Amino acid sequence: MTVQGVNNGLLTHRRNGRVLNWISAGLLALAGLFVLYVLGKAAWANPNVFLQQVLNGLQLGFIYALIALGYTMIYGIVKLINFAHGDVFMVGAFTSFFAISTAELHRWPLLFWPGISEGVATVIGSATVILLSMLVAGFLAVVMERFAYRPLRNKPRIAALITAIGVSFFLEYFAALPFAYTNNYITYPRPFDIYVFHHSDISPVIVGGAWGLFLLSLALFGVLAWMGKRGNQQAYVWSHHPALQFGMLLGGFLAVVLTLVGGGISIRGEEADLTVSNVVLVIMISSILLQVVLQYIVQRTRLGKAMRASAYDKPAARLMGINVDTVIAATFALGGGLAGAAGVLYATAFKQVHHLMGIIPGLKAFVAAVIGGIGSIPGALVGALIMGQTEVLSAGFISTPMRDAISFSMLIVVLLVRPQGIFGEPPTEKV
Amino acid sequence: MSKRLSQRLRGPNATFLIATLLFFVVVQALLSFGLLNNFWRGIIFWGVAITIVSLGLNLIYGFNGQFSLGQYGFYAIGAYASADVTYRFMRSDNSALIVVIGGSVITLLLMWGLSALLRRFYGVSTISAFVFNLLATIIGFGCAVVILVPALNAPISALLAVLPSGLAQQIVFFFALLGGAALAGIVSFLFGMPGLELGSDYFGIATLGFTIIIKVLLDNTDTILPFPEMKGARGMVGIPQWTTWPWVFFSFMLVVLVMRNVLHSSTGRTIVAVREDERAAELVGIDTAQSKLLAFVLGSVFAGLAGGIRAHDLAFLHPQSFNFIQSFNPLIIVVFGGLGSMTGTIFAGFTWILLLEGVLRLYLPAGFETWRFVVYPLLLIMMMLLRPEGLLGQYEIAFLRAKLPTLNRKLTTPAPTAEEVTA
Repeated sequence: MTVQGVNNGLLTHRRNGRVLNWISAGLLALAGLFVLYVLGKAAWANPNVFLQQVLNGLQLGFIYALIALGYTMIYGIVKLINFAHGDVFMVGAFTSFFAISTAELHRWPLLFWPGISEGVATVIGSATVILLSMLVAGFLAVVMERFAYRPLRNKPRIAALITAIGVSFFLEYFAALPFAYTNNYITYPRPFDIYVFHHSDISPVIVGGAWGLFLLSLALFGVLAWMGKRGNQQAYVWSHHPALQFGMLLGGFLAVVLTLVGGGISIRGEEADLTVSNVVLVIMISSILLQVVLQYIVQRTRLGKAMRASAYDKPAARLMGINVDTVIAATFALGGGLAGAAGVLYATAFKQVHHLMGIIPGLKAFVAAVIGGIGSIPGALVGALIMGQTEVLSAGFISTPMRDAISFSMLIVVLLVRPQGIFGEPPTEKV
Repeated sequence: MSKRLSQRLRGPNATFLIATLLFFVVVQALLSFGLLNNFWRGIIFWGVAITIVSLGLNLIYGFNGQFSLGQYGFYAIGAYASADVTYRFMRSDNSALIVVIGGSVITLLLMWGLSALLRRFYGVSTISAFVFNLLATIIGFGCAVVILVPALNAPISALLAVLPSGLAQQIVFFFALLGGAALAGIVSFLFGMPGLELGSDYFGIATLGFTIIIKVLLDNTDTILPFPEMKGARGMVGIPQWTTWPWVFFSFMLVVLVMRNVLHSSTGRTIVAVREDERAAELVGIDTAQSKLLAFVLGSVFAGLAGGIRAHDLAFLHPQSFNFIQSFNPLIIVVFGGLGSMTGTIFAGFTWILLLEGVLRLYLPAGFETWRFVVYPLLLIMMMLLRPEGLLGQYEIAFLRAKLPTLNRKLTTPAPTAEEVTA
């Protein structure tokens, strides 16, 4: 990690470059402080807008998290940057578009049980739409893997990468054909109507419930972890139970968001007026749910164990009797399904669909996966939240047209400071 | 001397020379007699430009093993920089010429001094070397803007006005191409110094990010960057159409010869050694960081040069044509032709342009124009499934193949046996 000079006999006279490193670190820190100053100034000038932007960033972050999970799993197991993943996301979005606009799938409970209440019908209908998109997208990912990537498994990696680019182009431009989808931006009919929650809409009971969920699961986790540390194996296993993680994650995020919106907090003597829409809450809840389900599959089932084994060492996994091809196909199915769900949520949030809509979110999700540490599931969530905040805050307070540039600069900065990502393990090199 | 020259002009060298000269003369004749219409002229020039970009990528990825998607970013830098120089020259303002050339010269001098300075220290981290080089670049171009432009703009304009206008144009065009290439080289040096430490896939993603950043900057040249003449996302018009076949051909030959000679030098062997096994290369004493940086900068300089050629052929630049989706094109060409094969890249570059932009555009039946990008990825996938090592694999024509050094020839002759020695 050093700049190597020519050893021209001056070796003994070369001085320690620590001072230079300090100077450059100081300069970089100054640049970082400047960014913090800009953001802090904006926050101080108008805390209400700043907090609102942070809330909006959560929405984007949780969608990126779903896409990033697919990227991170697929990269972790086959070491392939699946450029077509963003297009699986797009296919998920427009599966739901057709399901809603032509088949009216989101209204099926009303047809079958006419007496059902509107709210329950909407929840069931929207869940069906999301599940359908997940199925289609997962199926597409498996087909892609079977016919495009599997034949190239033992060929040079670049061949699979080029094939991924080819599959991506194919999906994008096939979708743009006149009979498939056309290349226009089309308004997306939301499966449920948007509703913006204001301060008065949120009762303290709900806020208290969210805090209760968070604190209860945190306390339970603390007790079990303490018992596990004292030698109780069973408690240790229970302390990592997905239900606890779900409680902590969902409770924590809900508690913070709901307190900000409905907690009646005042900043510098001024009543905060923050809002959160039901889309944000749906995205948050379903994203965390899917995340925890995935964590459960990867950590607690035979399939997940096989996945982890295959990611670690494919030949050895094969020797242990694992059908690596099936495991990889299952990974693609899971990743594709998550991307499909993300597609529906993204289209619901932004209310339009387009045949190239998958490219930029796909790449940003990949960047999120890299920032969080590729191959790590919690890393994908953290990286995605960072990406969401970066995008929204830079769009809001630094420069709107430059937000993509700033997001991708984040990647370069993080890779320079910590090449393996936040949660990643440093790569081991076999010599 | 004359004997050595005649020796050099035997065998593959002579074949290559005759073949390329023939190619040059034939295309020039077709152009002068008006047998090639503007469409096919554009296709050939575009083919050369994309081939130069791809040769640069082949140097970075095929020969040095660093997966890069940033080639179109440098292509864009070269195109916009050189176009700005000639655009301003056409409006009798030479400030861009002075900034690009003068700034590059000052920056290179500063970087040279800096490397001499940093060599006197040990343990200087790459990031701090990067920060200092970035400072040097800022100072270099800042000096050019603040000091050189007011001092030199009038005299240089007067000098160029004295010259006959055709000559002045050619001189400015030469410096525009040079400046675009130099700027691409400086940016790639700055980017590659910390970036190349990341290793293959991460570097690829970082370069993809670089391409996206460049595209966003180009979209905002008139709002965020101070270049109103580039007109941001509306596209830059008013670039003189100065690219002629000799310029295209000789730039192409320059790139091919430079690349061939670099690759067959000891430096080139270090570049290939890094691809084969970076750790082993480091163990035998190769400065791998320097070797990677050299290949990356050289490849990007090629891309910058190609950008200048393309800009002055098309006479119109739009940020959308430097989109990162386009930046997959050189990668596809390089893999199509065969990684680490210059012949393959040249062949695939021309084939790709002829097929995708020429034949498919012209001969697809009416109503099927939108199928171009559906057919193309299918061909791509089929190609990768059937022949993943590329069309030509590792094949090289004789001229580009590594010549056995004389030392090796001596070593391969059988050593004299004991009987011969005594006899």
